[in-house]
Amino acid sequence: MASSWIIPGAPVLKRILIGLLAVGILGLVGFGAFAWRPAIARIAPPPAAGFAPDLVARGEGLAGAGYCATCHTAKGGAPYAGGYPMRTSFGTIYSTNITPDPKTGIGTWSEAAFRRAMHQGVARNGSHLFPAFPYDHFTKLSDADVAALYAYMMTRPPVVAPAKRNSVPFPLNIRALQAGWKLLFFHPGRFVPDPAKDAIWNRGAYLATGVSHCGACHTPRGALGAENHAKTYAGAPIDAWIAPPLTAANPSPAPWSQDELFSYLRTGVSRYHGTAAGPMGPVVHAGLVKVSDADLQAIAHYFADVGGAAGRASALQPALQKALAADRLNVGPQADPAARLYTAACASCHYNGGAQLNPLRPDLALNSAVNLDDPTNLIRVVLFGVGAQDGAPGVVMPGFIGFSDADVAKIAAYLRATRTTKPAWPGLEQKVATIRGQGVGGE
Amino acid sequence: MTTRFTINGRPVAVDVEDDTPLLWVIRDDLGLTGTKFGCGIGMCGACTVHVGGRATRSCITTVAAVAGAQITTIEGLDPAGAHPVQQAWLALQTPQCGYCQSGQIMSAAALLKDFPTPTDQDIDAVMSGNLCRCMTYVRIRAAIKQAAAAMGGGAS
Repeated sequence: MASSWIIPGAPVLKRILIGLLAVGILGLVGFGAFAWRPAIARIAPPPAAGFAPDLVARGEGLAGAGYCATCHTAKGGAPYAGGYPMRTSFGTIYSTNITPDPKTGIGTWSEAAFRRAMHQGVARNGSHLFPAFPYDHFTKLSDADVAALYAYMMTRPPVVAPAKRNSVPFPLNIRALQAGWKLLFFHPGRFVPDPAKDAIWNRGAYLATGVSHCGACHTPRGALGAENHAKTYAGAPIDAWIAPPLTAANPSPAPWSQDELFSYLRTGVSRYHGTAAGPMGPVVHAGLVKVSDADLQAIAHYFADVGGAAGRASALQPALQKALAADRLNVGPQADPAARLYTAACASCHYNGGAQLNPLRPDLALNSAVNLDDPTNLIRVVLFGVGAQDGAPGVVMPGFIGFSDADVAKIAAYLRATRTTKPAWPGLEQKVATIRGQGVGGE
Repeated sequence: MTTRFTINGRPVAVDVEDDTPLLWVIRDDLGLTGTKFGCGIGMCGACTVHVGGRATRSCITTVAAVAGAQITTIEGLDPAGAHPVQQAWLALQTPQCGYCQSGQIMSAAALLKDFPTPTDQDIDAVMSGNLCRCMTYVRIRAAIKQAAAAMGGGAS
């Protein structure tokens, strides 16, 4: 009979279920204990005058190196008052108010609470922060640099700006679960210098991997949003743009030497590689502008090594000659409709005549946008242009939004074919339509 | 939103939508009508002004993009209207109907900064974005060379 078959088995099933439940409860309690962080007591907001001016000044440089204001300021909002939307594959996360307002900002955070947030990704009240705040990089910062940043933030004008509600869905919005993410992906600890490298390299590596969190955009992320350290600086999509590879896999035929990196990071322009557009614009012009030449040279020195520029130095002259030769294609009558479009719409500004390139006539044969596997950056710049605040400061590239998808695709395909030796981009016209639909902000 | 920039040395603040074409602001809000509307898609060059000293098609440049920038229009190229390019234009009687001329002159003046001794190839490549339906191209090229010579560069 069926019932006699079930009854003897029931106690076993029950025992298994009870056992599973016990393991589950123990696991939850254990995880709860593991995930729990104490609140750090509120303090009376420290008076701004109590911070040494030179410490505040050093903090200002570090806040620039970390371009904190870029993510902690909403469009048109007060600096550091938060509310900037970060669209992740897990929902939209709004940055928070890091001005010293006691109610809505971090005015009641002690230096210890601030340090814990930077080093461990835990808020003053003990809740885990989302890794949209790149504490996985800031954990490398020395205590002294964290103290300088604290001094800078606590001396900003306090702004009343309550946090916006994130749109991260349940259960991902459970803060305690972030402890599990940390267990899997977070490696807390200060920067450890590489004794095989010189002091400038190590200074550059400290800044780049720490406060400047370059990998946050330039390193691809895995399914759970953590940086894939097997592919550090291999390039990744970010905010509807492509952050190009910073390794030897960077597709520009001209190597990124220390000089070119420094010029790009200092002025927003490299004579070979073009200008800092998209999300890189504010990194350069609103952030790194506060970084000393020496520190910026250190970052450039580090990335010249990461990209293997020294070993590729001999590639520059042939690439340059080829680029200048390609430039001369667009002179005189043109039969190819794509060439005609390019000649009339683009060549006026992008043509370089002589033996050298003019940095304000960005060469398109050497530019990453034309050489990347993905045409996104090129299409975005063609459609929406580059404003005076980005790229070369005070100079504009207009957006050719009035061109049809087919015409923009023609220009992109033409550049790819005549300026590079790389395979044609597939599905260009559809890609142009998609990017046009996303709009200038990538929404 | 309010956008601030400098035009012909004069700081201005304009309260228009961010995506308003700079050309509309220049002509309609600031009343500088020397800059012309041609095609509206950046293909004819009639609307060329200087932004940060670079020739820029104002019909496809949004006003938000020029926040903080220095803009020069044909009215501000030279206080007396006597820029070497303008003088050469007059001397050679370059224009016919004249509609495209302010754009041509602004492009030519910017060209001479990058190419002080322009070759025919340089002129053709850079000026290809400025159309002239009266076909005065031969005189435009001659005037650019004359201006280059007057500015101490000369043609090569």
